[in-house]
Amino acid sequence: MKFTLSWLKDYLDTIADLDTILEKLTALGLEVEDVTDPAKEMANIVIAEVISAEKHPDADKLQVCQVNTGTETLQVVCGAPNARAGLKGAFAPAGTYIASLDVTLRKTKIRGVESNGMMCSERELELSDEHSGIIDLPEDASVGTPFATYAGLDDPVIEIAITPNRQDALGVYGIARDMAAAGLGTLKSRPATDIQGSYTSPVSVTLDFDADAKDTCPLFAGRFIRGVKNGPSPDWLQRRLKAIGLRPISTLVDITNYLTYDQARPLHVYDAAKLNGGITVRKSVAGEKFTALDDVEYTLDDTACVIADDNRVLGLGGIIGGLDSGCTEDTVDVFVESAFFDPIRTAMTGRKLSIDSDARYRFERGVDPEYTLGGLDQACQIILDLCGGEASEMVVAGDIPNLRKDITLRAGRVNALGGIDVPMQECADILTTLGFDVTPAGDDLTVTAPSWRNDIDGEADLVEEVLRIYGYDNIPAVPLPEQFTGMKPGLSPIQKRTRLAKRLAAGRGLSEAVTWSFLPRAQAELFGTVSDKTVLTNPISTDLDTMRPNLLPNLIAAIGRNVDRGFKNIGLFEAAAQYGSDDPADQIRMLSAVRRGAVADRHWEGTPRPYDTYSVREDALALLAGLGANPASVQITANAADWYHPGRSGAIQLGPKNTLAYFGEVHPRLLQAMDVKGPLFAFEIFLENIPLPKGKPSTNRGPMKASDFQAVDRDFAFIVDQNCPAGDLVRAIAKADKKLIEDITIFDLYTGPGVDEDKKSVALSVRLQAMDRTLTDKEIEAFSEKAIAEVAKATGGTLRQ
Amino acid sequence: MEDLQVLEQELTATVNAANDLNSLEDIRVAALGKKGRVSLMMRELGKMTPEQRQEFGPALNGLKTRLLDRIADRKNEMEAAALDARLQAEKIDITLPGPAEVQGSIHPISQVIDEVTEIFAEMGFAVAEGPDIEEDFYNFTALNIPAEHPARQMHDTFYFPEDEDGNRKVLRTHTSPVQIRTMMSSPPPHRIIAPGRTFRCDSDATHTPMFHQVEALVIDKDIHMGHLKGTLEAFIKAFFEVNNVTMRFRPSYFPFTEPSAEVDIGCDFKAGEIKIGEGDDWLEILGCGMVNPRVLENVGIDPNEYQGFAFGVGIDRIAMLKYGIPDLRAFFDADLRWLKHYGFAALDIPTLSTRGV
Repeated sequence: MKFTLSWLKDYLDTIADLDTILEKLTALGLEVEDVTDPAKEMANIVIAEVISAEKHPDADKLQVCQVNTGTETLQVVCGAPNARAGLKGAFAPAGTYIASLDVTLRKTKIRGVESNGMMCSERELELSDEHSGIIDLPEDASVGTPFATYAGLDDPVIEIAITPNRQDALGVYGIARDMAAAGLGTLKSRPATDIQGSYTSPVSVTLDFDADAKDTCPLFAGRFIRGVKNGPSPDWLQRRLKAIGLRPISTLVDITNYLTYDQARPLHVYDAAKLNGGITVRKSVAGEKFTALDDVEYTLDDTACVIADDNRVLGLGGIIGGLDSGCTEDTVDVFVESAFFDPIRTAMTGRKLSIDSDARYRFERGVDPEYTLGGLDQACQIILDLCGGEASEMVVAGDIPNLRKDITLRAGRVNALGGIDVPMQECADILTTLGFDVTPAGDDLTVTAPSWRNDIDGEADLVEEVLRIYGYDNIPAVPLPEQFTGMKPGLSPIQKRTRLAKRLAAGRGLSEAVTWSFLPRAQAELFGTVSDKTVLTNPISTDLDTMRPNLLPNLIAAIGRNVDRGFKNIGLFEAAAQYGSDDPADQIRMLSAVRRGAVADRHWEGTPRPYDTYSVREDALALLAGLGANPASVQITANAADWYHPGRSGAIQLGPKNTLAYFGEVHPRLLQAMDVKGPLFAFEIFLENIPLPKGKPSTNRGPMKASDFQAVDRDFAFIVDQNCPAGDLVRAIAKADKKLIEDITIFDLYTGPGVDEDKKSVALSVRLQAMDRTLTDKEIEAFSEKAIAEVAKATGGTLRQ
Repeated sequence: MEDLQVLEQELTATVNAANDLNSLEDIRVAALGKKGRVSLMMRELGKMTPEQRQEFGPALNGLKTRLLDRIADRKNEMEAAALDARLQAEKIDITLPGPAEVQGSIHPISQVIDEVTEIFAEMGFAVAEGPDIEEDFYNFTALNIPAEHPARQMHDTFYFPEDEDGNRKVLRTHTSPVQIRTMMSSPPPHRIIAPGRTFRCDSDATHTPMFHQVEALVIDKDIHMGHLKGTLEAFIKAFFEVNNVTMRFRPSYFPFTEPSAEVDIGCDFKAGEIKIGEGDDWLEILGCGMVNPRVLENVGIDPNEYQGFAFGVGIDRIAMLKYGIPDLRAFFDADLRWLKHYGFAALDIPTLSTRGV
């Protein structure tokens, strides 16, 4: 919402200066977004008179002028054809910044002749498109006067942001009312109107709605004015409209636009000669067509509110008028409309047809229904004053809807909710100046909201109104009460785990990325069937249309982008949600990571080992251990998901049903589909699948169990089939004696001479430890035999001789 | 006696002249071994008269002790020299790099969420969460944003297809639906924050279709706007690590709060840098208010018994302000250069004792 300072002062009698006014606007919730003061921008530009104008000695089209600026006489070279002795115009001295040219003038020589500034055209000062010559002011213009003052441009333009609840502040009058309530002056009354309707309007108005749709347009009023003379509107009106960025069109149109901003009261003026019969306000008929003022033909459904004559739709109620029923320079008889349209239907129709207009903006937020008739007469009065003519009696269809609500403001509520004690009398005074009807009811107040505040819904709104005017700044800040009986503060166990998982991953050299929660559908489909339920109907682009079923593709794409930036060795992780469906239960918490390359390219001691499936398996195991999964109870299985290399991937499970993680080389087909060069290695941790400690959490870790007796290391080498997983050997040996075995490590893997071609040798070291004794040779021997037997039973492996 | 002195001088000289452990051992054996010269002389003691023995015994023992000491000293000298020589030989180029390692990093968004969590945990807030794909009811209706309200249009909502009943889910446009979920899942009082991803169909230099917010909700019997102010003031001071902060509460409008306010903090824009807590400029930082009684009614809380406040802050925004990060879009690009520059070390976990240090 834009307006000028002088416009505000039409309704606000105040001595406050601009800065005070701006500060108060913001403090009232009418946030000042921008202030432009043309007078400041034109501060250097003064009215000057050309004393003499002679032809430039070296240029046919230039003249050398002597210019009296009121303080001195300066020589100015001028190219305008209308420059002549005696002309009074706008002079910009050297040093002036001319925004339209983006140039700061300086003293210069033009074709060898000194020039000390510029006589400006209207276009150069951004007043209009006129550029055929320099500004030519009337005789009585006073030399030396600032041009902005002379031209009435010394009127700051204020732009404020309006929240959706402030219908009243969409008109200058409403803003003035707020300012007056806040003590910044007195609200002046609206100009009086005195219209004597001398005849019955030849245009009739009918509201044609079913009983259940009467609130679509409960009130429609108008006056016929015959014999008007339309044409350009007067300067003051044009200047105000231009100042707020509106283009003057003609007096009749300008008046409706003016009242839209002046009183938040949209109106419409029909050229009566173009109407066929009376006006009917009704719901649209499906398929009905209508060409609006914006020269677009709209096809309507059966929900819009239309204003129609006998033949056609004339306008969309509260939104926009029709192209061929509007006023032109030749218009003689007019019908002026002022109505009330339902905010919701106005919003729906406007949105469906994508029509944004000043009228829609106001009607969908609510227009004061009780000013429908007053606004009509205000408009008619200005039309009569500016365009002449003779007004009819008012024609009114329907009734003024009563949207006022009665609310009780209980004593003490302002303090209880607002944290500051505003005396009840002061509350009553504030509400009264804002236009509320206030009646004391015991200690409480019975309050009726004004017709221009349909946002006022309950007691809390009244508290806001009081505090808003009293000043939010006066509310003292106090700390929260210490006493609180609700939830335990801080993180839940799963939240703590997520935080820890991120820190563990970063500690392993992975960089945390945060990528979009959506991705291209084609990429989602690489991870299985995509339900339409997770595809956005209005994505920001087709590249971001599907909720990601998996975190990997965005990480893989990010790896690709970093490779393009020249990185070879990359490790990224992300901890976020992936979406199995649109059900909250299928939004699962993951930490996923992708590695590429190695720790470094080259090293003087030898090429570092490239990342491989084992690297990401260790990543996953380390994270799981850090997050509380018992490493001794997890199983590594080959049950990885389809997006991994089938021979170089696995799952980490707790029993057959609970998968804690996947790891492995990313399937080359997936990389090909995403156009990223591999190999890449990934792991995914299902953070919610790691069991939380059972029972009541305890800080007690239990006693440490350490033996004072010597441990024994025994080495074994087994010959097994090539495809026998080494992990099977470990598991088999572990069965030999669950109590004694402290650790089993694989320390050698061998194929080649001495071992059959389809076999391999796996060497393991087993550490045995008893808690209560030193093991005897006999016991160790017995264990060895048992271990060998278990291996033979489980894998068919034999001890290597 | 004279012989002994001569012998001692001779033997000491040979010990001093020995230049490796083997020759030193040979010298020892030659002097003190079973058939060594000194040992043989000791054996001679038995044949002497007591008078002679009294003279020679101590002299010979003295010789033996001094010689052994000298040999031990010489041995130590040689070992020290040998160690010195070995250490000299073992010298390495300490400027060569050790085994390669990679530093990982934590994204500023995670870091800021952790910081915010610490600050509010101290004030007794729990962390609550809700789904990203949200029902219209939680995102709008329960928050007093009816279908055709202009405020709903300001949300630039992402929609999913309609189901059989004509309902369509949305990507949550703010973290406020977590307020509703919290209040519907357990009885008051409540003190929660809800950090998380939020989505709006908007993309330009300063907007991304995904961003992060943290919501706060306090519901209790006598919570008022003064508490809201106090809480925000404490948060802003702790988060920006400043002792003083000027705040401006401007009346505003959110359908789910009444009264509502937007909060500006005093700052200083100088040379492209923003200093919080100084200067005469204002920076809009968050929206807040007292929970609208309509919202309380919607979740079955009696607004005459319970009341409270809520606010929502842009996490990305406060991260940009605190850490001087210029471009929002870069947050989500996973550019390693950016992650390394703006990221945090794994162990840089925000704590009360490290704040402002």
